[in-house]
Amino acid sequence: MNQTTLQKYETVIGLEVHLQLNTRTKIFCGCANVFGKDANTQTCPVCLGLPGTLPVLNRKALEYAVKIALALNCKVNTFVKFDRKNYYYPDLPKGYQISQYDKPIAHDGHVLVTMADGTVKKIGVKRAHLEEDAGKLIHDERANASLVDYNRTGTPLMEIVSDPDLRSPLEAYEYLQALKLTLQYLDVSDCDMEKGSLRCDANISTRELGNNQLGTKAEVKNLNSFKAVRAALEFEEKRQRDVLASGGRIVQETRLWDEAKAITAPMRSKEEAHDYRYFPEPDLVPFVIEEGAIAAVRGAIPELPRQKLERFIKEYGLCEYDGNIIVADPDIAAFFEACAGIYRDTKKICNWLNGPLLQELNARKTGLKDIRITPEDLVAIIRKVDENVLSNLAAKDTLKFVLESGKSVETVVQEKGLAQVSDSGALEGIVEEVIRANGNVVQQIRDGKESAVGFLVGQAMRRTQGKANPKMIGEIIKKQLSVQ
Amino acid sequence: MTKIAKNITKEDVQYIASLSRVHLQGDEVERLTKDLENILGYVHKLEKLDVRAVEPTSHVLPIHSVYREDEVRPSLQQAQATALAVEAHNGFFKVPKVI
Repeated sequence: MNQTTLQKYETVIGLEVHLQLNTRTKIFCGCANVFGKDANTQTCPVCLGLPGTLPVLNRKALEYAVKIALALNCKVNTFVKFDRKNYYYPDLPKGYQISQYDKPIAHDGHVLVTMADGTVKKIGVKRAHLEEDAGKLIHDERANASLVDYNRTGTPLMEIVSDPDLRSPLEAYEYLQALKLTLQYLDVSDCDMEKGSLRCDANISTRELGNNQLGTKAEVKNLNSFKAVRAALEFEEKRQRDVLASGGRIVQETRLWDEAKAITAPMRSKEEAHDYRYFPEPDLVPFVIEEGAIAAVRGAIPELPRQKLERFIKEYGLCEYDGNIIVADPDIAAFFEACAGIYRDTKKICNWLNGPLLQELNARKTGLKDIRITPEDLVAIIRKVDENVLSNLAAKDTLKFVLESGKSVETVVQEKGLAQVSDSGALEGIVEEVIRANGNVVQQIRDGKESAVGFLVGQAMRRTQGKANPKMIGEIIKKQLSVQ
Repeated sequence: MTKIAKNITKEDVQYIASLSRVHLQGDEVERLTKDLENILGYVHKLEKLDVRAVEPTSHVLPIHSVYREDEVRPSLQQAQATALAVEAHNGFFKVPKVI
């Protein structure tokens, strides 16, 4: 595709996100809402769709839905009803899914998204509604059969449909990240794409620049990670442009992302025109959400990532970059704030959080919640560096040992002998050894190449296993070599 | 929502049967076409009623907002659940291959 073609077209993307809510029980019955149990051990006559059973709405599921709606700046409908979406598939024991059609919980909201180039874009949320999840199908190639686990059936799902406001795969990716972060702050779901608690389908179409009408869209499914969303949309964007540029037409269809081949391909199953024959769910009465209840939920919404970022920048003087990393994890944000309450230099706290601490967390593939370090511990380490008790290197080791042992900073520093050697007598001896062993470097320094001092400092640091005070070492070297 | 068709055709019946995974045989299509047409005839009578003074509702009962609390109740045992299956395998419901 040449440059002219690229400039001629515009991509239009809208995302449909399905979020599993982490209520204790399912949406319409008292079965536990848990992941990873043996097949068909979390079911009952209601979620198995047995005749004569009746669904009853989980109050918490509706409350979470309202919470999400408000956090996404949606208007909440005060009159809500459920509808039947009819289709036959083995993962749906009743032959229909209880969903919402014309009276969803919420509509007309938006998410503010900081895009990669730093601009902030408002992405519309068209509607958000509650429904029940289906069961899980496993396809057994050899047996020529499919196996069904109904544990997931009836898990509360919130479907969040964006407006077609996204203009590139990258924007779609950024929107998804921002949406996920907001949802994480609400603590209504674990938002884990790999576990399927957050799922995403994408609608993508292409039109000529300047044309305000939407082109024919393709729906892309089987997107199992944030990376997959972006990669699949990049593939699809190029495919659609190529089709149009060569005079072809886009067909409305559902395409599946094939991760291994890195392509999208039309779904092979018979594409019957979807005719869901929605009608009001007779087994559930309608719901009136009182203004008072909405106000109560609104009051319980925590500070959301965007507000937190703005406040951290204002209150603690963080730069946008540090702030974004800190607020990207609600636990890290709380940890940062606890540190900032007892230690003034917030830049230093950020450097420690975004550097060594995040590295340790990533290395352990764990979150802050699961490790043994308190804000007081981290500040104690930083203070020991300030007071020249610990070198930066020894401080990082201290952090590691504290994480591993759960012991106090003081204990770790003593037990591991990490305190800096600031005894000039001992350091003088070490420097003498280093000078003797590196005659040519010493010559370079005498010849005026002062930067070579750093090399000798490094050598001395190594001999003390990082425990020496590098500033003192530098001074002693200069003194012994009689250079300034 | 779906509009009520004026006349039911054989094709309508076959389409609805296929959506519902119902296999019709012999003269069933013809019989059902007549049956459905008769049923819709009654509905058409209702359309003649003047309901301008009646508030639209989506439910027959004058109640709303019935909830249950988010409290776990025991589930069925795996064997109890799969006992309902036409065929089961390793704790799963086994069905004809889909996709």
